[in-house]
Amino acid sequence: MSSALEVKDISKSFKDYRSEWHRVASWFGLDFKTKKEHHILKHIDFAIAAGEAIGIVGQNGAGKSTLLKIITGTLKPSEGSVHIHGRISAILELGMGFHPDLTGRQNVYHSAGLMGFSHEQIEAVMDDIEAFTEIGEYFDQPVRTYSSGMQVRVAFGVATMYRPEILIVDEALSVGDAYFQHKSMERIREFQKQGTTLLLVSHDRGAIQAICDRAILLEKGTIIKDGNPEEVMDFYNALIAEKENSTVKQVEKEDGKVETISGTGEAKINGIGLYNQDNEILEYIAVGDTITLKIEIESLEEIPELTVGFMIKDRLGQPIFGTNTYHYKKQIKKAQKGEKYEILSSFSMNLGVGSYSIAIALHSSDTHIAGNYEWRDQALVFNVVNTSKKEFVGSSWLDTKVEVNHVK
Amino acid sequence: MLLSLWSYRFFILSSIKTEFKSRFIRSNLGGLWIIIHPLAQVLVYALILSQIMTAKLPEVSTQYAYPVYILSGVVIWTLFAEVLGKSLNVFINNGNLLKKMAFPKLALPLITIGGALLNFGILLIMMFVVFGFLGHLPYHALHWIPLLTLLTLALATGLGLFLGTLNVFMRDIGQMIDVVLQFWFWLTPVVYMMNIIPEKYHALFMLNPMTGIVLGFQNILLYDKAPDTSLLVYPTIFAIIGLALAMLVFYKAREEMADVL
Repeated sequence: MSSALEVKDISKSFKDYRSEWHRVASWFGLDFKTKKEHHILKHIDFAIAAGEAIGIVGQNGAGKSTLLKIITGTLKPSEGSVHIHGRISAILELGMGFHPDLTGRQNVYHSAGLMGFSHEQIEAVMDDIEAFTEIGEYFDQPVRTYSSGMQVRVAFGVATMYRPEILIVDEALSVGDAYFQHKSMERIREFQKQGTTLLLVSHDRGAIQAICDRAILLEKGTIIKDGNPEEVMDFYNALIAEKENSTVKQVEKEDGKVETISGTGEAKINGIGLYNQDNEILEYIAVGDTITLKIEIESLEEIPELTVGFMIKDRLGQPIFGTNTYHYKKQIKKAQKGEKYEILSSFSMNLGVGSYSIAIALHSSDTHIAGNYEWRDQALVFNVVNTSKKEFVGSSWLDTKVEVNHVK
Repeated sequence: MLLSLWSYRFFILSSIKTEFKSRFIRSNLGGLWIIIHPLAQVLVYALILSQIMTAKLPEVSTQYAYPVYILSGVVIWTLFAEVLGKSLNVFINNGNLLKKMAFPKLALPLITIGGALLNFGILLIMMFVVFGFLGHLPYHALHWIPLLTLLTLALATGLGLFLGTLNVFMRDIGQMIDVVLQFWFWLTPVVYMMNIIPEKYHALFMLNPMTGIVLGFQNILLYDKAPDTSLLVYPTIFAIIGLALAMLVFYKAREEMADVL
């Protein structure tokens, strides 16, 4: 497939000169030593195929915005180049350049003009935009009277008035209400089908995993992970939780799933398994069966308080159920070095048919953000099958009684 | 660069309109203010100065000669000062936009020029209305006005774009030029006449590119005759060099602008 966007080994640094005259001189070929260079991006290199949807994730200050600005062309890279095949439309901030005293309609003319459209081109789709925003009479009211949700509706309407070859969405959509988010996602998917490449910047795991085919994780100006969204998001979450001295590693398992292990390493997980009542290890579990999750751990150092948590996730990585020993008042106090524990959690498998994974976390209190000793995503994968229950669909099994009465 | 500007012509025109409208959009009198402001400006010069300073000018019969003289200079100086002053800050004031949208940056100074030209047109019309009441209607050399206006614009744009670009990186320039403009006004024969300046300093005054233009406007509007073209050669050369220099600096600086905004 031909690529819609090629980012070739770009770096960006902001330069501080001893005097601004040195900067002026540098435009004309005279070289002065810069006082300080801030390297924001270092050797970013990737290509996106036409129609692909890419999620860009990273902590604040990782360089996401700078990268987007370089792609949209408002900033020039210090090194490297960006090749774009087609038109880019970006929704970087809601109400981009909207004038508060002008009406929505006038602002559409203004913003679309800023994007380079002619009066005729804008007029041709004005009715569509008005219909799409669904803000009724407000469309002809000054924008200062708008709610932020209304502004984002108009902004999105303008940015997507014509199908761009590349659409960049930076968080902005999270402002809209659920209905509009749904509606804008629909439009994005429609564009995707017609070949639009999507670049989505978000912290929302669900959105990235639902829409993107691929995710890129930026950290301190470099790409540290580029691949399958679920894998990248696991890595990203591990990164947020990790302390400075901890490590993150990913291991590919036999079934092709990638296990992400991170943490500071004061305690470790020795084994995980799902067992039935006869203490047999299970990989396929029947709907409704009572099973036990056994987690074997070992403390490698003296730990004042140790909580063990688990989270069941569906195949898209969306959380299904999770809890920990803290909530059951069963945290381990004053674990000594070398001590081993076994945590048994029993529950009924009331989930729908499908493949699930379990993530395990060893941490100090009720959340994994504080004191993350070890955390494994995709630590265990299992399948739920329906062997004895009536046919049903969905993510959960509800014990249902059905009665049909003939009424007259 | 210029080609992409052409494709933004609609945006530039609509922005001029928008900026113009937004000045009075929330006032009750609305469009009337467009007339009231310049009219007040013109009336101050015409009525007050004609009463206080009744000195007659040689060669002119009307007792309103002095206010007419001042108005002729003020109207073109206002255009010059507005374009220069606004160009200085045009990139800084639109910093947010420049950081977030990719569009030809030169559209911004063009919008400024368009707005200033619109104001100038209205001021000019108001001036003629007042001239009419004063019984002074020059019409022999009016066709020179567009040419002199163009020259003023070129001069102000060249300086404004050059300094406005540098001002993004060195903000002292903007402050400095605001001060310089005040002195510049008084070093240009707008309020006083050239003949009060000792002859030996005349050459010095002619180094000011606005002198020739202002004298030309006074010729057209007060003396009802064509400007002295020999005085326009220097401002024309000044404007061309200024514009060329401005384009060069802007071309070199444009990619780094968003970095420091």
